[in-house]
Amino acid sequence: MPRHRPETGQVIGGFRLEELVHEGGMAHLWRVTRAEADGPLLMKIPMLRPGEDPAAIVGFEVEQMILPRLSGFHVPRFVAAGDFDQPYIVMEHIARPSLKARLNELPLRFEEVADIGARIATALHDIHRQHVVHLDLKPSNILLRDSGEAVLIDFGLARHDELPDLLAEEFSGPIGTGAYISPEQLHGIRSDPRSDLFALGVLLYFFATDERPFGDPGAAREWRRRLYRDPVPPRRRRPDCPPWLQEAILRCLEVEANDRYATAGQLAFDLQHPEQIALTERATRSRRDGTLAVAARWYRSRGAAAAARQSCAIQLARAPIVMAAIDLSTGMEQLAEALRVTVRRILQAEQGARLACVNVMKLSRIALDEFEDAEGRNRHLQRLAELKHWAHPLEIPINGITYHVLESVDPASALIDYARNNNVDHIVMAARGSSTLRRYLGSTSSEVVANAPCTVTVVRTGQNASR
Amino acid sequence: MRGPVVADCDMQRPPRLPRSNPGLAEMLIAILTDIHANREALSACLAHAETLGVDRYVLLGDYVGYGADPGWTIDTVIGLVERGAIAILGNHDAEVLTARSRMNEVAQVAIEWTRTQLDASQRDFIGRLPLTVEQGDMLFVHANAWAPDGWGYVTGPAEARRSLEATSCRVTFCGHVHVPELYFATATGKVAGFIPVAGTAMPLSPQRRWLAVIGAVGQPRDRIPAACYGLLDDSANSLTYVRVPYDIASAAAKIRAAGLPGILAIRLEQGY
Repeated sequence: MPRHRPETGQVIGGFRLEELVHEGGMAHLWRVTRAEADGPLLMKIPMLRPGEDPAAIVGFEVEQMILPRLSGFHVPRFVAAGDFDQPYIVMEHIARPSLKARLNELPLRFEEVADIGARIATALHDIHRQHVVHLDLKPSNILLRDSGEAVLIDFGLARHDELPDLLAEEFSGPIGTGAYISPEQLHGIRSDPRSDLFALGVLLYFFATDERPFGDPGAAREWRRRLYRDPVPPRRRRPDCPPWLQEAILRCLEVEANDRYATAGQLAFDLQHPEQIALTERATRSRRDGTLAVAARWYRSRGAAAAARQSCAIQLARAPIVMAAIDLSTGMEQLAEALRVTVRRILQAEQGARLACVNVMKLSRIALDEFEDAEGRNRHLQRLAELKHWAHPLEIPINGITYHVLESVDPASALIDYARNNNVDHIVMAARGSSTLRRYLGSTSSEVVANAPCTVTVVRTGQNASR
Repeated sequence: MRGPVVADCDMQRPPRLPRSNPGLAEMLIAILTDIHANREALSACLAHAETLGVDRYVLLGDYVGYGADPGWTIDTVIGLVERGAIAILGNHDAEVLTARSRMNEVAQVAIEWTRTQLDASQRDFIGRLPLTVEQGDMLFVHANAWAPDGWGYVTGPAEARRSLEATSCRVTFCGHVHVPELYFATATGKVAGFIPVAGTAMPLSPQRRWLAVIGAVGQPRDRIPAACYGLLDDSANSLTYVRVPYDIASAAAKIRAAGLPGILAIRLEQGY
């Protein structure tokens, strides 16, 4: 721990302290520079005296351990760390206010709540893919880049599912923030990525209604109330809240993690396609549960046992988003059938999967505005009907499937963009056999295979293969 | 060196983590233990380490016993030591020299057979092996730090704590148990264990003390039959447990052909 209070101009680990940008109880944040020009940098220096909150001391060690493992747009880029005379972490400086700065603007427009929610869910999905659960998601730990991506900061309470959990071994009580902590964290479970979805549900509820669903309890013993007392439905506080948004928020706030979205990717998907959210009783709920239901839950919550072993890797593998790219043109019936057989096989192997059925309506480069008219809309609806007809034999429950007709002059790019923007894990598409014309024009499937951000399965019929 | 190269762990040099010993040159150290005369497993591990560019080897003992290639194994270890490796004495090695008959029956049968396989120079090499080596803030020992020649097992946090309390070294590396586990002391003095994930570099934070039980090269017992060794990145202060698949069928066949107890071959096949 630091022996002297750091000062402007001081050099630590080759970094020059330029300006103290934040003076917190547990850490100071300095804008720093070094000889190599590598963008704006921030140094985090723990300011702790021995005997002070040990969670914060261990938390700094946890952040030093986890931040270097994370990469991508949704975390600050790790630059350096020091351990000895002066512990520190240097990372990319993102000079943006946190979402806490928006609290005086609440409630936000519903569209903006969904938009911010989708951005945060996408960021969560990215860190979950990298084996990390944040476990302290709240407005002050989220920034939005100029380019729009959400960035998650402060990994002091996080858990990496392939590294020792230093915090769990240190403390027996729950670790987190009272307003946002998930039910399973109250039971000491620190390995379930869906805990972050609960916290995101709290944030979305707060941003949509200007009320926290479980208040802001201080003492840890009051945190347990959320195990049995359900929140006031958002539509009770704001009657104009769209049913799909209430559905998404209340699904995030389910006490049982299995009743929430399976992955942050699936939540991001829904928030980006509100019209496709399958509405349940949650969507129109207008009051909290009655005394009997609450009493029953209270009784159950007292004996709640630890859940089965959980980790990011297990949960994400269990619930992929599978995208079927379906060519509906005439003459393709046999391939469409082969595609359905393969999709059925994949869905049988992965029970938690969601299927997105996608068709591209190819636009001609010349007549771009053709689809503005009534005929265009009819063709769009006709394609949707055909997609549903294609998927009907798969017998997928309504909340496990969605339908999308894209319009593009370049089908391969449209499919790739769609997969990227919607966290698709697996693309399944059919390929026609070779023909002279296709050799000149190129094939959509080979372009998707070459450029997709995820696994691609290309389906052929036996006849095609033998040709 | 001949041997099957079946190291398909898809591992590269571990990722760079924050440097904690800025003064030290970057050094990658392979830590191998409980080889137990398994030539196929040791060959595969050495070939794997070679492709990663390992700078140095540390061997934590039990070169012989159970397996069918004690002579070749000792010669290989002698060769590594001549090129700068650290080698520690294990209980099976000690038993070859001085019968104390504290082993179970199967181990005893294997040791008696092993004695017939080693020549004087190989026995002489074993006789000169140390029980412990300290290097910087690291302790290398076969079984534990509280009584290195008592061969007590570190099978849980209580024994790990006892061992950590018996040394001033910050990090202890040992074997003997044949099941990988990484123990660490918490800020409040508790000791906790973690089952390492193969191929993941774990930072050994200098703010706390660690005890790494490296799994066995030659007779894994964690129900994963692949050979196990440790990869210590000295500059980054990180430890990776590596699993290396090897030609188990040949190693098991040799055990049976040598007339050693069949259970020793089955253990290799089952990793238990």
